[in-house]
Amino acid sequence: MTPAAITGKFPGILYTKYKTGGPWPPGRGGRVSGAEQLSQYLISGLTTGAVYALVALGFCLIYNTTHIVNFAQGDFLSLGGLLLYSLLAGAGLALPLAFSLTVLGAALVGAALERLALRQARSREVTVLIFITVAASVLLRGVFKEIWGKQALAVPSFSPETPLRLLGATFTPQNLWVVGITLAAIAGLGWFFNRTLTGKAMRAVAINPRAAALMGIDVERMLLYSFALAGGLGGVAGMLITPITTASYAVGVVIGLKGFAAAVLGGYGSFVGAVAGGLGLGLLESLGAGLLSSAYKDVIAFVVLLLVLFLRPQGLLGRGEAARV
Amino acid sequence: MTRGGRIFALQLAALALAVLLLPLLVGNPYHLNVLNVMALMVIVVTGLNLLIGFAGHISLGHAAFFGLGAYVSAILSATYGLNPWLAMLAAAAAVALLALVIGLPTLRLAGNYLVMATLGGNLIFTTVLLQLDQVTGGPSGFSGIPPLSLFGRAIVDDQSFYWLVWAAALLGLVVARNLAQSRVGRGLRALRDAPAAAAALGVDVARYKTGVFIISALYAGVAGSLHAHYFGIIAPKSFDIFVSVELVTMCLVGGMGSLWGGFLGAAFLTPLPQVLHVFDEYKDIFYGGVLLVLLIYQPHGLAGLWTRLRALRSSETA
Repeated sequence: MTPAAITGKFPGILYTKYKTGGPWPPGRGGRVSGAEQLSQYLISGLTTGAVYALVALGFCLIYNTTHIVNFAQGDFLSLGGLLLYSLLAGAGLALPLAFSLTVLGAALVGAALERLALRQARSREVTVLIFITVAASVLLRGVFKEIWGKQALAVPSFSPETPLRLLGATFTPQNLWVVGITLAAIAGLGWFFNRTLTGKAMRAVAINPRAAALMGIDVERMLLYSFALAGGLGGVAGMLITPITTASYAVGVVIGLKGFAAAVLGGYGSFVGAVAGGLGLGLLESLGAGLLSSAYKDVIAFVVLLLVLFLRPQGLLGRGEAARV
Repeated sequence: MTRGGRIFALQLAALALAVLLLPLLVGNPYHLNVLNVMALMVIVVTGLNLLIGFAGHISLGHAAFFGLGAYVSAILSATYGLNPWLAMLAAAAAVALLALVIGLPTLRLAGNYLVMATLGGNLIFTTVLLQLDQVTGGPSGFSGIPPLSLFGRAIVDDQSFYWLVWAAALLGLVVARNLAQSRVGRGLRALRDAPAAAAALGVDVARYKTGVFIISALYAGVAGSLHAHYFGIIAPKSFDIFVSVELVTMCLVGGMGSLWGGFLGAAFLTPLPQVLHVFDEYKDIFYGGVLLVLLIYQPHGLAGLWTRLRALRSSETA
């Protein structure tokens, strides 16, 4: 992996140390027109936004079936990157195989969170259940730190890093991988929830668990599936960003929170909203970092989160479902 | 005095006695230091517990209130030469304002938006601390904070700070108890157990919740100021989201929403890193594991265990 990948390759992609204001890309002799810079920000914003969208979808999946916020969502992301690293660099597997196994591994951890922790809980209070996910998140992070250590682990891009150019912006094939696989995942989810019996059963549970149970749907099994699915989605998101951010035990924490902000932005629980919120947040962050200040890039998402909660708590796309007490 | 009031007075008196006697046993300044940190945590966690117990909301940003109290106090007294006590007052005002800004939008909503809003607020806070290094000293921290003084005597050594901070912790417990017994406290309890009924009876839900959130933040802010003037140096790492998680852990271990829960949790968990030397390496696994097991099997913490044991005993004697 080239040092450039570690010191921040793209402006505003999940990385704070990149200093804006200078010419981009570096080493091209300076002069970059405003329009070129803008398309650069758009491309990096879409890439980041795609990852946020995947994370936001994971939040929505679990929220819809259980009405809790799963704080471990970001850790599924870290796990995705770390597993991919081990399977590629450690076990020497081919990328497609390593990718599939990682999805499976992250899905298993998601399922374990439901089966071994949440389902065992003596209390059904939402606060307690949410904090079980917080505890699981802390525990997972501790375990990752023991297994993989604290250092950042580099994972190569999915395909050779030949720079591509579009409308004056430079990007690598990894950007395409991120956006492409995200689109594929969204399409897959759409197919799953609209065309398969299991998907429809999960939607029924989300709408009304008791009625679903009366129709003979195994509600507990659907809960398990939604956690496995959320784990798998988190794993995918983690693998996609790893070549850009490197893998580490805590890389998912902040991205996970931003994914949550994206989900709120889109109206918590709405799948379309999650995708729109993710892309919107990614673009906003990239433009904000580029045009205002990169030092406070990580802050943008949370300021947006607070503003949305203040002005339009049902989310930008929601239909006023966020109940007020 | 009610029966509950008598029990509380007895418990408080026992604790006060222990606080008075402990320095006779503990001569070692290092151990005194641990006790002082424990008292600071007791204050923060008692405040946090008010929020969890009454409003039914959890804040994952209390380390930021703790830190804001510390930094405002530090900057005003060290950089601008303000009297440390006045700096502390200003810090408290800043903390209350921040709590209002975060609480006002989020506490109106059902669900757990406050958790994420406070967590986001905490992340913003740490980022600002790191970035504004001209003012805050950045990652290496802020030093040269003057100590508090009382009756012309500077409170620098561990022993004199011990008296101050434990007095503050006891006061914090009394205030929390009184708040619980007040009209507001009763309204809030009604609110937690039956929101619709409480609202129908005229409990101004959002205002009460915001009020409790601000009070809870103030506990953290005051503890932060005390922390800053005691140690003389502060760094962003002491106020990040992981500290917020530790604070909530203390709260849950002690007993969520129980008056003594905050005290028990802080008293139990603060000395642990000192006792277990290997602890630092496995801190996350330990905190996560304890929290997980506790939440699953004993969601009301040490205080809940105590109540259960007592119920068991009284049913045996009956």
